[in-house]
Amino acid sequence: MRKWLLPEHVEDILPPEASRIEALRARVLAVFRSYGYELVIPPMLEFIDSLFTGTGQDLDLRTFKLIDQVSGRTMGVRADMTPQVARVDAHLLNRVGVTRLCYCASVLHTRPRTMTATREPLQIGAEIYGHAGVESDIEIQRLLRATLAAAQLHGVRLDVGHVGVFRALVHSAGVGRELELDLLEVLQHKDQPGLAHLVANLDADSAHALQALAELYGGAEVIEAAARRLPQLPEITAALEVLRRLARDSEGGFGVDLADLRGYDYHSGVVFAAYAHGLPGAVALGGRYDEVGSAFGRARPATGFSIDLRDLAQASSLVTQRHAILAPYGDDEALAQMVAELRARGEVVIEDLPGHADTVQELGCGRALICRSGKWQVEVVR
Amino acid sequence: MITIALSKGRILEEALPLLTAAGVTLAEDPDRSRKLVIETNRPDVRIVLVRASDAPTYVQYGAADLGVAGLDVLHEHGGEGLYQPVDLEIGRCRMMVAVPEAFDYEGALARRSRLRVATKYIRAARDHFGARAVQVDLIKLYGSMELAPLAGLADVIVDLVSSGNTLRANRLRAVEDIMDISSRLIVNPAALKMKHAEVQPMIAAFRAAVESQRGLAR
Repeated sequence: MRKWLLPEHVEDILPPEASRIEALRARVLAVFRSYGYELVIPPMLEFIDSLFTGTGQDLDLRTFKLIDQVSGRTMGVRADMTPQVARVDAHLLNRVGVTRLCYCASVLHTRPRTMTATREPLQIGAEIYGHAGVESDIEIQRLLRATLAAAQLHGVRLDVGHVGVFRALVHSAGVGRELELDLLEVLQHKDQPGLAHLVANLDADSAHALQALAELYGGAEVIEAAARRLPQLPEITAALEVLRRLARDSEGGFGVDLADLRGYDYHSGVVFAAYAHGLPGAVALGGRYDEVGSAFGRARPATGFSIDLRDLAQASSLVTQRHAILAPYGDDEALAQMVAELRARGEVVIEDLPGHADTVQELGCGRALICRSGKWQVEVVR
Repeated sequence: MITIALSKGRILEEALPLLTAAGVTLAEDPDRSRKLVIETNRPDVRIVLVRASDAPTYVQYGAADLGVAGLDVLHEHGGEGLYQPVDLEIGRCRMMVAVPEAFDYEGALARRSRLRVATKYIRAARDHFGARAVQVDLIKLYGSMELAPLAGLADVIVDLVSSGNTLRANRLRAVEDIMDISSRLIVNPAALKMKHAEVQPMIAAFRAAVESQRGLAR
């Protein structure tokens, strides 16, 4: 094995990709800032007790662990920043009202999510705490759309669901925990044959309702179809009303999927996924998780979303590369002044250090400073 | 453009009538052609020919929007990142545990023996024996599983059984059912969302085709 090879699913981000990712990061954070979301920078690692709170088991398996030499306790390298930000809201800021926070940093996964995924996603996201109504769901939906627009994604479609619908159905059917998890699994795969098998022993109404769930996906019209096909339990009526409000507010591609039960263990209301041209999966995932803070002794309603910046870069049509300007090396004062002016204007000016004339191509300069009758000017070169 | 991943052989043979009923006919006979991408009567639909065990991978990564995969293959793949809405009721068989006729399987389980299991289906075998709390050493093979116990490589095999003729010819007997296998229509989730207007009618057409075939069979 060559010494300089990296571990599997770990990679360098090289130019020009790195500058694109940085440009996207800056754009997204600027959108967050303009909506009043404050940036927090939690540590890369902390004790696992606080890292896994209220987030389900798979986060534990996805987290690299090590022993703290100072305290002797087990620490984890964060695999997801959401619990960290919830901890900041619940215990450090201790605000009573609405708190808006955002974050951007690397997280680490023990295993890649897919064969082509990185184990070090660059997670960027925004969360709003302390508001339980649909208004904050709408704000997050708008913020997500603004974010994806700023990142220049095409064909964006926002798909929403609501875990309350499934939860109400299993509750009213009196389903045990084991069957609930099996139902969850088949519904997430829209495995209708498997679903038919699992509901065979339930009462006919519950069976029909659960089977309907697997078919209730598509455009906004699905909400009314759901209202007709599902029992009128108060939780379901309330959930559909929330989705109706979201649909009314939504501009651009909008879809509904009542079998999208991702993160069922910690999500408590609306869940959403954003899709865009050029990606085989969702680019952004989010939802409401009102109970996460309770592990920190302070349950606060919360909703938000996160994005892997690399996915965003893959789907983004943003062009950041501008041809740099090559400046000859020398101590001409007029040249030095010209270079300074160009740089102050935001141009990239690269000095052609002596002795490397034959590799000047590598610098990738599309333009050069050339002296014509005593005046320096920028010209396009090949 | 909708891309459908199919595998040559039994799945293709049995899927073709469904595809035809769903309004898609192939422009070329895949058995005569060496092409891996086959056009159809519909300019917006094409078929890609893959290895059966690769179909879930193609669909998961969006290289194909739809595909056909047996439950055996889907179980090994894990099904992550896939929808599997329709049982196509083709490629039917059973995944079973089989042993040499003379092997005392029940006795081996009662004695809590550690079994050597030869199979192509590592995940299914691990899940099955794990659920029964039987310790096993799994030996991954790519074909001719029946040979493994005869050659002394394994005590038992986990394999697909349709008629049972191959087992009988090699003096093996099936001792346990693991699961009933048939092929599923698999769908890429992003394709279902982003190309809903094209993909959803295709799913409905497959479902209708399965129902009408079932009607004919009766």
